[in-house]
Amino acid sequence: MIKQLIYVFPVMLLVAAITSCAHLKEYQKSRLNDSEMVLANRKAEKNELNFQSYREAASGANAGKTGGGCGCN
Amino acid sequence: MKKVFLTALGFAMICHHSLAQLRDTSAGKTPVSLYSPVPTADTGYNPHKLRLDEVNLVSSYYSQNGDHSPVTGGIGTEKVTDISNGIDLKFLWYGPNNRKNTLSAGLGFDMHTSASQAYVSATGASKKDGTRVYPSLDWTVEGKKGSFGIGTYLSTEYNYNSFGADMHFSRKVNNNNGEFSVKVQAYLDNVTLIYPSELIPETTTVTSSGTVITTTASGRTISGSSGGSHESNIPTSPRNTYTGSLSYSQMINSRLQVAFMVDLVKQDGFLSLPFHRVYWSNGKDTIEHLPSSRAKLPLGFRLNYFLGDNIIIRSYYRYYTDDWGIRSNTANIEIPYKITPFFSLSPFYRYYDQTAARYFAPYMAHSPADEYYTSNYAYSKFNASFYGVGLRLAPPKGVFGWQNLHELELRYGHYSQTTDLVSDVLSLSLGFK
Repeated sequence: MIKQLIYVFPVMLLVAAITSCAHLKEYQKSRLNDSEMVLANRKAEKNELNFQSYREAASGANAGKTGGGCGCN
Repeated sequence: MKKVFLTALGFAMICHHSLAQLRDTSAGKTPVSLYSPVPTADTGYNPHKLRLDEVNLVSSYYSQNGDHSPVTGGIGTEKVTDISNGIDLKFLWYGPNNRKNTLSAGLGFDMHTSASQAYVSATGASKKDGTRVYPSLDWTVEGKKGSFGIGTYLSTEYNYNSFGADMHFSRKVNNNNGEFSVKVQAYLDNVTLIYPSELIPETTTVTSSGTVITTTASGRTISGSSGGSHESNIPTSPRNTYTGSLSYSQMINSRLQVAFMVDLVKQDGFLSLPFHRVYWSNGKDTIEHLPSSRAKLPLGFRLNYFLGDNIIIRSYYRYYTDDWGIRSNTANIEIPYKITPFFSLSPFYRYYDQTAARYFAPYMAHSPADEYYTSNYAYSKFNASFYGVGLRLAPPKGVFGWQNLHELELRYGHYSQTTDLVSDVLSLSLGFK
């Protein structure tokens, strides 16, 4: 039961956060538009993600590619 | 009362100046919108004309060491060095209805040396180095409410070729505070069947037309009935990957934004690698054998928060599961600190763990009765840490005073697994406008 709550609680928190979010005007987005706030990988991270996908069994859900290239060595 | 009066007067003057900038003093001229580009005759600027908008260069140096190479059955050196260089050109033009069109053309070139690659031959005489070339092309058209695009990708190296294509679509929702994206991808790969030298059967086949095909450890020779002979290409086997990606990003407030990502991945074909050895418990060796299909389900979540005036928290979590029995967690945190508005330092830490695939066993631990078997430690149970620091420069007058170089990023990271694999990676990214 406690284990289930541990999984459910963050989801509930996120749903609450998203449904209660404000409608932001363009002038309120200055911080969100900062280049460090981008919800994506950095350009310099490209090869880090490549080697991690070759050395680890898990990949994906990070806007990186999920196929192509061998990484055999 | 005097304070109130002076405040009201000051506010009125500010409003007067700001409104003055909007007042149209040029009767008869077309009003100018800040949101849609307009051609101007005096500068020759035409937004509908294709122009090079951005050039990005990314270079990396990667160095790795370890003692569990799959080429030698889960024992032996994993020493690898890799130098990777990529260029990405972004062309831009505005089409009908001021839709923004972006054409991205990329080209990557990698060079590596791998100590274990030498042991594809039992004597260690195979070549240690190799290259990989990978061009890509993507076209995206963007309107006020969303975007649509298609892309293609090619990767070629001595023992592996890949062709990929994708289609992506996004839609802004919730008063442009949220965005929903869909992407479908297909990679059609071909694995060259290079076997460890001691496992290539020496065979001779005679076809009905009298052609003699001789396969030995040194390659394949085809001899015609007329007497001539030539070296033949090594056969290949297909490996296909199909991915459907869904993501949703949402601005929560003026400092916080989040994104959810899910990929549905299906692979089929030859998912083993032909030069990965497995040693049975009886001491004999063979090549790894894995199922011909695999389904993966990674679920990701990003949360970025602007804390105060100069600290940002970038976080990422991923849960992964697949039908080979692997479960994995990835957590990443990066804290960029803005020393100035245009210079930031970003320490980062990434934690990763995974359970073993049900087909993995170490050196000499597999039984000849096993249906599937591998000693590739990428499928073993382990956890890993990756930490380092990044530096980013983006001054308005250009990096080092060079106006065209608008951004420089330098990152160093150290990676270590509990399998004893360690690596270091140094990356440099330059952005030109």
